[in-house]
Formats: sequence, C-alpha cells, structure tokens
Amino acid sequence: MSDPTPRYQELRIPSLARVEGETALHLRIHDGTVTEARLKIYEPPRFFEAFLRGRAHPEPPDLTSRICGICPVAYQMSACRAIEDACGVVVDGQLAALRRLLYCGEWIESQTLHIHMLHAPDFLGEDDVIGLSRSHPEHVKRGLRLKQTGNAVVELLGGRAIHPVNVRIGGFHRAPTRAELRPLEERLRTALDDAWDTVRWVAGFEFPDAECNADLLALAETGTYAIESGVPTVLPYDATLPPYGFPLRDFTDHVTEEQVSHSTALHSRLDGRRHLTGSLARWAVSGHLLSALALEAAREAGLGDPPSRAGAGRGKACRNPYRSILVRAVEVLYAVEEALRIIAEYERPAGPYVEVPARAGIGHGATEAPRGLLYHRYAFDGGGRVTDARIVPPTAQNQGAIEEDLRRLVQAGLDRGEGSEAELTRLCERAVRNHDPCISCSAHFLELDIERTH
Amino acid sequence: MSTPTTPQPPARPRLGVFKFASCDGCQLTLLDCEDELLGIAAELEIAHFLEASSEAAPGPYDLVLVEGSVSTPEHVERIRRIRADARHLVTIGACATAGGVQALRNYADVEGYLATVYARPDYIETLATSTPVSAHVPVDFELRGCPIDRGQLVEVITAFLAGRKPAIPNHSVCFACKRRGNVCVTVAHGTPCLGPVTHAGCGALCPTYGRGCYGCFGPAGTTNLPALVPLMQRDGMSEEDIGRFLHTFNVTAFTALEEQGQPGVTDAEGPG
Ligand code: SF4
Ligand code: SF4
Repeated sequence: MSDPTPRYQELRIPSLARVEGETALHLRIHDGTVTEARLKIYEPPRFFEAFLRGRAHPEPPDLTSRICGICPVAYQMSACRAIEDACGVVVDGQLAALRRLLYCGEWIESQTLHIHMLHAPDFLGEDDVIGLSRSHPEHVKRGLRLKQTGNAVVELLGGRAIHPVNVRIGGFHRAPTRAELRPLEERLRTALDDAWDTVRWVAGFEFPDAECNADLLALAETGTYAIESGVPTVLPYDATLPPYGFPLRDFTDHVTEEQVSHSTALHSRLDGRRHLTGSLARWAVSGHLLSALALEAAREAGLGDPPSRAGAGRGKACRNPYRSILVRAVEVLYAVEEALRIIAEYERPAGPYVEVPARAGIGHGATEAPRGLLYHRYAFDGGGRVTDARIVPPTAQNQGAIEEDLRRLVQAGLDRGEGSEAELTRLCERAVRNHDPCISCSAHFLELDIERTH
Repeated sequence: MSTPTTPQPPARPRLGVFKFASCDGCQLTLLDCEDELLGIAAELEIAHFLEASSEAAPGPYDLVLVEGSVSTPEHVERIRRIRADARHLVTIGACATAGGVQALRNYADVEGYLATVYARPDYIETLATSTPVSAHVPVDFELRGCPIDRGQLVEVITAFLAGRKPAIPNHSVCFACKRRGNVCVTVAHGTPCLGPVTHAGCGALCPTYGRGCYGCFGPAGTTNLPALVPLMQRDGMSEEDIGRFLHTFNVTAFTALEEQGQPGVTDAEGPG
C-alpha cells in the first residue's frame, strides 16, 4: 500500500568543498524521483559590469582580473582582445606569442592545481591534497613542481602569478629578453616529463560511466589549438545537427542569458540548448590540432583520437565529465610543449606594446580560460570611456549542464539504492568538481532554481 | 584517529580559512606556497579551508584567516560567529582589509548597479556597501595586498606559531624600489606612480616592469598624498584621472586618508 501523502526528501549540502568560490546544492526528491537539482551560488554580487562604466579604456584588464584569482590571465586576455577589437588594433608577431606563453603558464598552473589538489582526491578516496600527500606523496610533489613551473612562467612574464601586473592593452609594459626566458626552458623540460607522468597517473584512475548530454562550445583557431583567440564553434549533442561556428560579435545572440522563473539566476543557453565549455569541449572542437606528442599522450590515456571536422568519423568526442581530468592532463602537456616552442622561437619585439588609441565603438574578445570560453564585450564613447560592459564567464555557461549532470547522477544513485545523505553528498560534490567550476567568476549570477517535474 | 598504541601527537594549532566577497586570490596564495605548504600543514591542523579540503571542522580555531569583504546581510552575521570562534583573526588582502574592488559600490548608487547587472534586482540580497572586516569585529592583524604577498603570508603564519608580532614593515613601495635598484619611473620617465603612498609588500613589482604602481597594497603607514598630486598632474593626469587611480583596489582606504586631512584629490568619488 502506498503512502497517501507524497514523501519529500530534501538534501541540502550547505557548502561544496574544493571548488573555487562558494556554492550550495539544493535537491528535491519526490518519491524516489529527483524533481529538482539546484546549484545555489552564494557568491555575493561584486558588480564588475556596473563599476566598469566610466572607466578609461586601459583599465578593464587590471580590474576584471580581480573577478577570479585562479584564472586572472584569462580575464586580462579576454579584456585586452575586446578593447583592441573596439579600437581596431591587432596584436600579432612576438607580442601575440608572448601572450600565448603567458596563457600557457596559467593553463599549466591552473589545470595542475585542479588535477592534483581539487580533483584527484576524489578518485583516490582522500578528503584533500593533504591526505593525498600522505597516501601518494610522489604524485603530489610532482604536481606541486609542475604547478610551480606554470607559476614561474606567469611570474616571469607578468610579475606575479595572481593578478599579474605586466599585462596591458597592446601587449606588455615590458617584454623580456631572450636571456631572461632561458631559465624557464630547463624547468619546462622537467615539466614535460612531469606532465607525461601526470597523464599516465590519471589514466589509471577509475572512471564511472557518465555522459553529459549538452552541446560542446569552444573556440577554434586555424592551424593551432585555440587558447588566446578563435571563433566560437559548436559540436551539437544531437548527432543529426552539423558542427557550426559563428562570428564572435554575434556571441550574445547565440549564448543568451535568461532568467528562469522563481530564480535570481542568469541562465545561459546556446541557441536554446544546454551547453558545456571547457576541456571536453576544446578536445571535441580542436583536439585534432594538438601536437603529435599530446595526441600520443591522449591515446595512451585512453581518450583515443579526437573528432576531426575534416575527416569526419575518425575519432570521438569525450562526453564523460569524470574523464575531463584526462583532457586537462593532456592540455598541460601541450601547454608545456607550446611554452618551450614559443621560447625557442622568441625574438624580443621592437617595443613591448603597440599603441591602442581610444575611439568610440564596441569590441568583443573571447579566449579559452582553463575552465572554458570567457567572453567580454565593451562599448566605448569617443573619449575612450566604458559605456557598457558585458562578461560571460565559463561557469555561468556550464551551470545548466552541471545541474543536469547532478540530476541524472542523483537519480542513478537513488536507483542503485544509494540514498543516504553522505552518499549523495559525495556523489554530487564529485559531479560538480568534474567541471572545474570557478564560482568567483560567476560575476553576475547568484542562484539557480530550475523546477523539473517528471 | 589513533590507536591506543600510537602516541598522541602534540596538539597542533587549528587553522580556519574563511571567504567573504572576493576573487579567491588571497586564499590561493596559500595554495601557491608550494614549498611551504606541506610544512604549514605539519605545523597547523587545517580544520576549515573549503577551497582546499572537504573537511570542514567546527571551531574554535586558533588562527583564522579571512579573505573577502562584508557585503551581504548574511556576511554581517557570519563574521561575528567566526570572530567568536577565533582566538587570533587575521584579514588577508584588500577585500578583507579595505572592502576591495567591490567597495566601488560604496560611492555609487547600488540600485543602479543592480539594475545594470540583473534583470530582476529585487531578488538580490546585498548591502549597499562592501566593508572591511574591521568595520564589524576586532581584527588582530591586517595583511595588505590585492593579492597578498606569499612571503608576507608565510611571515604572518610563522609569527603566529612563534607567538610574536609579524615583521611586516609599514613603509612605502619606494623603499622596496630603492632596495631593488630600480630607476624611479616618475623621475626618469614621467610615469605616474602611487609608489610613494602605497604600502610595501610586493617588492616594487610594477616599477620593476616599467609601470607605475597602481596602489594594490593600499596606503602606507605614513604618506603625504597632497605632495604627490602635483607630480601626477605634471605627468599628464587630470584630477579625474587621479581620482580613478586612487579609487580602485583600495578605494575605502585611500578615501579614509583624504578624510584624515590629506585632501588634494577633489574628485574623491571616482567615476560613476
Ligand atoms: S584582495 Fe584582491 S586578490 Fe585578494 S581576494 Fe580580494 S580581489 Fe582577490
Ligand atoms: S607596485 Fe603597487 S600596484 Fe604594483 S604590485 Fe606593488 S603595490 Fe601593487
């Protein structure tokens, strides 16, 4: 005989650990069915888009870097590109190469931080990196060494690893000499081995089955794995839809932020569908442009061949969020290799920056932050003052896909009989961390509340 | 957990790291102490540090590091609870010691800000101000910087463990520049620089990279702001430019300087 009154079970996980920023999850379960999975982001509003108004055109890179301490370079690079776009300036040659080098440094340190300190403990049953350093000391030491090398790249080019001071519109305040870059080479060569070992290490983890049923969105660049530039490109989940791209200036026509009913959140949709940015999306969209070495590592790690847009059907997109740690490890290897290549080919440019004269206009900039596509748009008046700013960070875009993941995983857990609060908490925390979310970068959304009734 | 045969390790002081409105950069500085991290973990029991660990043990804590500014009604309550649980409370970074970059709202119309960012501002819980922790509870030590300096953080933790006062000098960036042998960017190149009025700690990073200091460590212990203003004007800055220069990462701290009788910046409110 069934209970005449519906049984509700509410699970509140007040704070999720090992994610950057602060989040809570609200699940509603009705008679064994998950009726609601709500990721509550209680990062308070910081109003960047508002106080950027009135600022002079060189200011957004330093200001917006403060949105996120874990990927400040991404904010600086997207802001620079958007401002330069508005002013009709293209930064190329060795200055562009230096920017890519700086970004490689951030990829190495940020992805390594996520792999070793935040994500790996999940696979090895540890609470944190301290526990991990007891059970797997050599892996933690290697991770710290790798992360230090990434930091060393950012510190040399940017002055410090968090909120680098040397970046400016048009390039840098000071460009290093070849001799100054040389000491990095030795460290990066050690890092190449460390990155390989990291790929092998994470390849041995046990990956639960899961599939993220979302479109994948990443930048695509001609001839190279997109990091600091590119065209937004989509690999739809629905296999009957072809991959497509769109001009960056149309970004907010495709990626729309809408307010869901009963919600304070801005919820991103890509052409009306759920989407995911980040490592899995980059691998799917431009994995075929990785270096031979990185592709070899990917194969060894069990990722197989990436999809190739030209030779369709050659490889496969990876949609298992647990396996994103593999792509991250491969990307670290690639970034180390790229850094070595850029340093080997470096010639000090004539000047550290090109002039970026102010003018009225609207500019768009997007780059691949370690955790996904980061879009900036600025409008300027004739005096070079910001009249409007728009920032669409990766975590905001990924939120819909993360919640769908949570709903599905909790449902599967319940179906397996794992209904205890402790079990569900662990499951959900892992699911959120799979996506390397950066909650601080949720510069302008707060709380998500989707009601799903089944 | 220990078995009866294992000798009980000596009780280690318990560390709690808490976050308010911030970018996480100052907490991350702790994770960036790669060389010292495992040593710190051996000396201190990391009882609460959500960015790094799933373990969130309740207080009391011997040492509490607070990142971020107080900017919501819930924050006001929470910082009081944390203070009650903390034997020694240190704020880390410009957000926690001066309200941070988000304190720009203090000089603006927050309703307007809300409407700029949110379609439904009525749902957003926020205070009209972003204030330092010291505006709400007593603070034992304030570490400056946006972000804080790794070396200074290690010094603060070491000093706590040794039971002494942290050796953090109160002088300006200029001292560090001289020590580093930098050519003065203002004197040599006419580059506007807040170094003379900015708290040391970064090792004079910006001038080393050929750039003027933009004040991310907030005001130094003794400053003469009015003397600097004509220099910045000479180097091509309008009063409005100077206002924005001072009113960015440590807006409340530089404003307090002016209110303590160091006028010279007429456009104290900055833009917007
Ligand atoms: S002081 Fe700066 S670096 Fe530290 S949390 Fe605040 S914004 Fe981030
Ligand atoms: S020189 Fe000034 S702005 Fe630059 S890092 Fe140091 S305190 Fe911050």
